[in-house]
Amino acid sequence: MRPVTRIVPCLDIKDGRIVKGVNFQNLVDMGEPAIRAASYQDQGADEIVLLDVSATPEGRAHGIDTVKEVREMLSIPLTVGGGIRTESDASRLLEAGADKVAINTAAVGNPSLVASLASTFGSQCTVVAVDAKRVAADWRVVVESGTKVTPLSVAQWVADIEVEGAGEILLTSWDRDGTSLGYDLELLEAVTSAVSIPVVASGGAANSGHLIAGVDAGASAVLVASMLHSSRTTVDALKRDMIEAGIEVRPC
Amino acid sequence: MRTGRDVVVPTGTANLASVLAAFRRIGVTLEIDNSPGAVGAARRLVVPGVGAFGAAMSELRRLRLVEPIEKRIRAGQPTLAICVGMQILAGHSEESPDTRGIGVIEDEVARYERDLIVPQLAWSQVIPGPESNLIEPGWGYFANSYRLGTIPQGWAGSTAIYGKPFVAAIEKGDVLACQFHPELSGEWGSDLLQRWAALS
Repeated sequence: MRPVTRIVPCLDIKDGRIVKGVNFQNLVDMGEPAIRAASYQDQGADEIVLLDVSATPEGRAHGIDTVKEVREMLSIPLTVGGGIRTESDASRLLEAGADKVAINTAAVGNPSLVASLASTFGSQCTVVAVDAKRVAADWRVVVESGTKVTPLSVAQWVADIEVEGAGEILLTSWDRDGTSLGYDLELLEAVTSAVSIPVVASGGAANSGHLIAGVDAGASAVLVASMLHSSRTTVDALKRDMIEAGIEVRPC
Repeated sequence: MRTGRDVVVPTGTANLASVLAAFRRIGVTLEIDNSPGAVGAARRLVVPGVGAFGAAMSELRRLRLVEPIEKRIRAGQPTLAICVGMQILAGHSEESPDTRGIGVIEDEVARYERDLIVPQLAWSQVIPGPESNLIEPGWGYFANSYRLGTIPQGWAGSTAIYGKPFVAAIEKGDVLACQFHPELSGEWGSDLLQRWAALS
């Protein structure tokens, strides 16, 4: 039995505004986070993810304010990621109103950070964002906004962080992100069969068919961004299609 | 003596801000206070979810809050316990076998079956029991690996299903304990907080 599937709109934040681009290049301004987040909540979103794509010192201060503004509006779970390097970084975001924190680059350099977050805040609060890129017949973990390919195999890495206490994996295909080609299903299958914690599929989805395929490949939740930001569809429309495909979701 | 204060216990909980925001939305201002006197005398008390069963109990013991919380629950005074806050009402948990819980219910908290994706980080349908007063049918957001398997004696229980049925919430007097997070369960959760707050 699988958990009830979540649809999770993701807002990429830069300096307090929503941005979205292909492979995080050519960023386009998509508006104010709190207003967007509330509107997705009204459409039936099951959770909101905020990713601070500019994890600079200035961006970080903006990030805290954005988290507070979004929290005031949201009565659904809020996950925040980007630029978390220490337990106190995570603590600041949680105090501002995050329910879960997602760490990425810092975990790769220091897997014990996953264990320390899990023991302080609980596994249910500790998300590890894994950015993957296909290299020959395997997938490698990439860090620093996709600019650096590490020698880590994705399948090995996700098994390791599960042992460290990660409660969820936010899996982004760096090959697919922003391409509208759908999730990398082979990657999803490789990861979901390597762990027994929830995996959130991310990168490349452009329609409800892509989401359904992602769930069939083992995802517990599906991350959506551009298709909502551009108003091509709504969360409730996506949920209707998923229900029709026999996937259990929370009704809107 | 009730002071008229509404108090939330800061037990190092991960999402205190969400609990505070949820109560602000229904017009209730929670004061953060971890003194035994404030906890005992509060008009309404919220015990939010914290990381693990053992960690939550040692924090409550360190703060000398076990006794005032137990007293409130036995007396049926307005108390809301969330997630691990609910689990510590039990005597034991598989999560921290060496730690004794508050023990107002004797049932043991156990992990979900091994073939499930755990933690359950998902919405699930909550089914009120026949005796439920506060819980209405709807969807709650759960974030847990451990749960009570059966409704404890003397409590009105609501259930949800993940693999097998488990306890989603229990109520007695003005005490409400939820395995799900009402502060993260949308309008349904907000309405529930409002009904609980209206008891006192």
